[in-house]
Amino acid sequence: MPTQTKIGKINEIVSKAVNQHGAVREELIPILNDVNRTLGYLPKEALELISQQVHVPKSTTFSVASFYHMLSTKPLGRHVIQFCESAPCHVVGGHQVWQALIENLKIKAGETSPDGKWSLITTSCLGVCGVGPVMMVDDDVFGNLTPDQVPGILQKYK
Amino acid sequence: MKFVRSMVLISSDPQSVAKGANEVYACLQDEICKRGLESEISVTTVGDIGHHDAIPMVIVYPEAVVYGPVTEKDVPFLVEEHLYKGRIATSLLAPVRELSGRIAWLTSRKGTLPAEHRIVLERVGIIDPTSIEDYFIHDGYQALGKVLNTMTPEEVISMLEKSGLRGRGGAGFPTGTKWRFVSRGQGNQKYVVCNADESEPGTFKDRLVLEGDPHSIVEAMTIAGYAVGASEGYIYIRGEYVLAQERLRKAIQQAKEMGLLGEHVFGSNFSFEIHVHGGAGAYVCGEETALLESIEGKRGEPRPRPPYPTTRGLWGKPTLVNNVETLANIPPILRNGAEWYSKLGTASSPGTKVYTILGNINVTGLIEVPMGITLREVIAIYGKGMRGGSNFKMAQTGGSSGSIIPDSLQDTPMDFDSYAKAGVAFGSGALLICNEDVCAVDLAKVLVNFFRNESCGKCNPCRVGNQRSYEILTNITEGTGKMSDLEDLKNISDNMFQLSNCGLGQTAGSPIRDILKDFRAEVEAHIRLKVCPSGICPMSGVRV
Repeated sequence: MPTQTKIGKINEIVSKAVNQHGAVREELIPILNDVNRTLGYLPKEALELISQQVHVPKSTTFSVASFYHMLSTKPLGRHVIQFCESAPCHVVGGHQVWQALIENLKIKAGETSPDGKWSLITTSCLGVCGVGPVMMVDDDVFGNLTPDQVPGILQKYK
Repeated sequence: MKFVRSMVLISSDPQSVAKGANEVYACLQDEICKRGLESEISVTTVGDIGHHDAIPMVIVYPEAVVYGPVTEKDVPFLVEEHLYKGRIATSLLAPVRELSGRIAWLTSRKGTLPAEHRIVLERVGIIDPTSIEDYFIHDGYQALGKVLNTMTPEEVISMLEKSGLRGRGGAGFPTGTKWRFVSRGQGNQKYVVCNADESEPGTFKDRLVLEGDPHSIVEAMTIAGYAVGASEGYIYIRGEYVLAQERLRKAIQQAKEMGLLGEHVFGSNFSFEIHVHGGAGAYVCGEETALLESIEGKRGEPRPRPPYPTTRGLWGKPTLVNNVETLANIPPILRNGAEWYSKLGTASSPGTKVYTILGNINVTGLIEVPMGITLREVIAIYGKGMRGGSNFKMAQTGGSSGSIIPDSLQDTPMDFDSYAKAGVAFGSGALLICNEDVCAVDLAKVLVNFFRNESCGKCNPCRVGNQRSYEILTNITEGTGKMSDLEDLKNISDNMFQLSNCGLGQTAGSPIRDILKDFRAEVEAHIRLKVCPSGICPMSGVRV
C-alpha cells in the first residue's frame, strides 16, 4: 500500500501538470507525459487523480496511457535502455549489439532487472539512423555501436 | 544583432552530439574566452550540416572554412591558428568533395555531376535556429509579407497548384488541390496541422528542418492559414524530438513578439495562432486521422476515411494536414514563383526531395536532390559506393511502408509516377541500401515485426495479420517453414491491403509481397533446402 507521503507527492505532481496545461481533454497527453517524466511511470493513483481533475472517465485515461510507448503504467528501473530494432539499425549489425546487451544485462526485452537498476525496452526508430546501430540510455544517445562497446557504456551508469 | 569579426558554427545534430559536439562547443568557448576574443567572435550551434563522415564539424565564417571531424583536443590549436593568428589550420580541414550541400559554393564543383540542390534545407546548418534575425537575413518571412500584402488567398492556392508541388509525406497528393479542398470547406473554424510525427524508420529529414530552420514551418503554416481561411494551427511533433519541440516553441514566441504571428499579422486583418503538441510515442500517429485523434487527447487510432480531414478533421472541422517537408517548400515557391519551381525535378513530380541514405554504403546521411535522380546515382555519387566494394542487392524506400527495390529498378527515376508505374512505393524518403550480406527474409521479418509492434490494434486484418505473418516468417528463418506458408503469407498480405482501415495496415504487407515477387528463390531456399543463402538466419529448427 502506498504511504500517505507518496500519495501527497503524486497529488502535488499531478496538480502541477494539470495547472500548467489546463484541465481539458486535449491536454491529457501532455499531462500524462509530464507526470510520467517526473515519476518515471504512471502509478494507478496518478491516473485516478488525473481522471478526476481533467474530468474524464478512468477507463479513458488508462486506455490513453497504455496506448503510447513513451508512457508506462508499470514501474521501470533507474535507467531505461531503449534499443532501436528497426531495419536501418538491423542491417548494420544491430542484432549482434542486442545479443551483447542481453548477455551483459541478463534480462530480456521488456524486463526490469531484479535490483531495479535496468529496464530494457526495444523501440522503433529513434530518428538517428545515420549512426546506427543506436540505443538510448535514459536521455543519452549512443550510436555506431559495436558489441564490444556495450560493457563500457553500461559501466558509466551507477 | 551583434556584429562580430568571425562566426563559428558547430554541427549539433544528434549524430554530431553523439560524437562529442557539445564538448567541442564548450571547449571552443573556453579557448575563445581565454584569449579575450569573446566580443569579436560568436560561437553558435547549428543543426545538420551534411558531410556525415566528418562530424562534429566546425565552420568558420566569413572565410567559410570547414573543419571536421573536430575533437576536443583539436580546439586549442584551431582557436590559436585560425581565430587568433588568422591562418587556416590546414591539418584539421574536412575532406573536400566535389559535391556537398549548402557549402557547395566553397568547394569546387568539377565535371557534370548533378550537385545537391537545397530548397528545403537551404538554411539548415547556416543559420542560428534560435535567432529570428538570422532567419530574416536569409529571406525569412518575405513570402508571408508578400502573401499578406499583395496576394488573395485564391492567388496563393492557384500558384501552388501551378507549381505542381506534391505532398512529401509519402502519398504524393497534390498540395494545391488539398489546400483548395480545405478553403472550400464549410464553417468559420478551420485548422492547419503540421504533421511532424516523423517516425518512419530511417527517416530523419523533418527533424533537421524542425531543429535547424523552425521559422520556415511557422511561416509556411501562417501562409497556409491565410490561404485556406484558418485561424489556428497545430504542430504535432513526435515525443522523441524534444529539441525540435523546444525550437518550435521558441520560434513561435519570437514570431509573436515581432507581430508575425498572433493578432493582425503584418498589421493586416489576418490573425493566426500556432500550438505545439508533443506526441507520446506511436508510429501510427503519423497517419493523419490518428494524428488528429491524438491532438484531441485520445488514443491514436485512425478514423475511417472518407470523410477526409479536408472536410471533417480536427474537432470535426475542415483541416489541412501537411508534412514538414511539404510546408518547407511553400515559402520558396511563393518567393520565386510557380514557374521556377516547376522547372526543378521531373514534369510530374517537380521540386527536390530530401533523402536519408543509410545501410551498407560508404557515406550515410542526408541529401536534397532534384526529383528524378536514380538509385544508382544516389549510391555512386552521394553514398560514395557500396561499403567495402560489396554488391548491391536491394534497397528499401520510404521507411517501413515503402517497397523493397530490386537490382532491376536501380535505374528507374525516383519520382512518384515512375515508381508507381514500376509497382513500388516511393515513400517518405528513406533509402536503406542493402548488400548481399542482408537476407531478404530476415529483412522482411524485421519490417513485419515493426508493424506488429506499431499496429494500433483497432482493426483485425492488421492486428492479427502482422502477428501471424511474423510467426510464419520466424519459422522460415528458423528452417521450419513449409511451402504452404508462402500461400498463407500471400493471402494475409492481400487481405491486409484490401481490408485494413488505414495506410499502416494497407502497406504492412508490402515487404512480404515484394520478397515473394523479387526474392522468391531465396525464400524457397530457406524452406526447401533449409539454408539461408546469406548466412544470417539462425535456422535452428525451432518452430513457433
